[in-house]
Amino acid sequence: MAERMGGYLSKWGLHVIIGIGIIFPHVAGNYWIDVAVFWGIYVLLGLSLNIIVGEVGLFNMGHSAFFAIGAYTTAILSERFGVSLWLLLPLSGLAAGVAGYILAKPIIHLRGDYLLIVTIGLNEIIRITLLNNPWGLTGGPNGIIMLDQFRIFGYAIQRPIDFYYLVWAFVAITVFVLIRLQRSRIGRCWNYVREDEIAAQAMGIDTRWAKVVAFTLGAAIAGATGTVFAAKLVVISPESFTFMESVILFCIVILGGMGSIPGVILGSAGMMVLPELLRNFAQYRMLFFGLALVLMMIFRPQGLWPSRRWTTILREGEGE
Amino acid sequence: MALFIEQLVNGLTVGAVYSLVALGYTMVYGVMRMINFAHGDFFMIGSYLGFTLVSSALLGGAIPLWAALIVVVVLSMAGVAIIGVIVERAAYRPLRRSSRLTAVVSAIGVSIFLQNAVMLIWGPRYRAYPPWSVPSITWQVGGIYINFMQVLILAVSFGLMVALYLFVQRTTVGAAIRATAIDHDTARLMGIDVDQIIRLIFLIGPALGAAAGVLLGLYYRQIHFTVGWTYGLKAFTAAIMGGIGNIPGAMVGGLLLGILEMLGAGYISSAWKDVFVFLILILLLMFRPTGLLGERIAEKV
Repeated sequence: MAERMGGYLSKWGLHVIIGIGIIFPHVAGNYWIDVAVFWGIYVLLGLSLNIIVGEVGLFNMGHSAFFAIGAYTTAILSERFGVSLWLLLPLSGLAAGVAGYILAKPIIHLRGDYLLIVTIGLNEIIRITLLNNPWGLTGGPNGIIMLDQFRIFGYAIQRPIDFYYLVWAFVAITVFVLIRLQRSRIGRCWNYVREDEIAAQAMGIDTRWAKVVAFTLGAAIAGATGTVFAAKLVVISPESFTFMESVILFCIVILGGMGSIPGVILGSAGMMVLPELLRNFAQYRMLFFGLALVLMMIFRPQGLWPSRRWTTILREGEGE
Repeated sequence: MALFIEQLVNGLTVGAVYSLVALGYTMVYGVMRMINFAHGDFFMIGSYLGFTLVSSALLGGAIPLWAALIVVVVLSMAGVAIIGVIVERAAYRPLRRSSRLTAVVSAIGVSIFLQNAVMLIWGPRYRAYPPWSVPSITWQVGGIYINFMQVLILAVSFGLMVALYLFVQRTTVGAAIRATAIDHDTARLMGIDVDQIIRLIFLIGPALGAAAGVLLGLYYRQIHFTVGWTYGLKAFTAAIMGGIGNIPGAMVGGLLLGILEMLGAGYISSAWKDVFVFLILILLLMFRPTGLLGERIAEKV
């Protein structure tokens, strides 16, 4: 298992962390359990974006659009047709993945900063569409209220502690799968494309295909996370999926270290947990992170916990 | 037909503002090959500075209102120009030699920082320019109505654009800017202080953005600390339309975008007008990233 954590942690370290994770909700109050639940949700989103931004180096700053597609798919199908949430988890992932595929296909060839702009545009288009309530589907600015819950043999997952175990179980599964993926053929392809696209192409890698796969997979995981988010939040409205949300996810990946799974966990702790610990300074949160991004780029562009196969994309000059 | 001309005038007004903001994007891109993601926030800070100046005692009636408004515009431009130079020195200069994406991330950091600084100073809610800050004069010209603010916006923005064009095309410093845009190293060999030119660009660009911010603030009256991104994105679309790096292109692109947006709002639906703009942006980047006026530039390998 230690080996499967990608060698980031020793065997003992891993056991201690899992132990703390299991005991934590029995010691902490509901408030802190909720904080941990949202942390977990952001870890899932950060991991999904990390595939796109971190592994392949595609600058996607519209990721909350895919998250939104997943959450809305869940809310609409659950409220109108009473589809079970366990079925909606893969369905929402599929919906967001298909959207990711269709949207990524024509724009994937764009250069870094142009791709960034286009994804911001897509994010805004999707948010405005949700706001404008097409065919009465999305409920406009008020959104949709979704009452169904995840059920295990008739037991509804409703209490914060139930959500805590559910979300972190998803995190564990996702981390496990992503570590395997990092070491697979496609994972190495992704890193190759990130480090040197032209060399990768010369080696016979279909770089376009590798990028589209990453985009689709990232979108799909974000979509599936949308289902968990919908179940937790009950009310799904466009204000949860603004462009600022995409910026936060982007910061999580960059601050943590591109392509680094522990980096994402650390980065989302910085974005979600740290402000709760420093509540007196809560309104300075984004001010601080804006500053942190600048300082990070100047002094430590590889991130807080850099990936082992660490990236040159933010390190070396491309000249002028 | 009346609706068409009315939307055309509205479009020209908004478009002139987009042009001013687009110039900042295009000049920075021209000289540094970098998209300054914080540029929309210079626009936003301009509108807040203008708000504070207008609300202060400046419009006491000692000088005519239109002259006072121009003083407000000039002071806001100066304030934001200083911020622009500081941002360049602190966040972009240390990264001049690193990769383009590093500078992009840094610019995003600057943008988040500026937005939240404004939120902490002026508060998170919408602020509104006081109603007496703009005279409610309306002229009727051949069946259509033009109000005072539309005339002021068109006059100030065209004045600034002509001044900039002459500055860049006719003066020695302007020639130095153009030379730097072509090649930093050669420009340096010709005795041009490239750092000085970049500082100048970060003085002019944000100042023009600030002028646009004050004018649009006076026009719509409502301002919010998050609008920088929306207007920034629109102005960037305008800059791309005209071919990024191309100064007259940004002017034409802004006007064209303003007119397209207002016609879309008038004839199709105003709830979807931002969607049209972003669709235009995406389609342009997909099919003609060098813009309608720009020439083809080979991608560096």
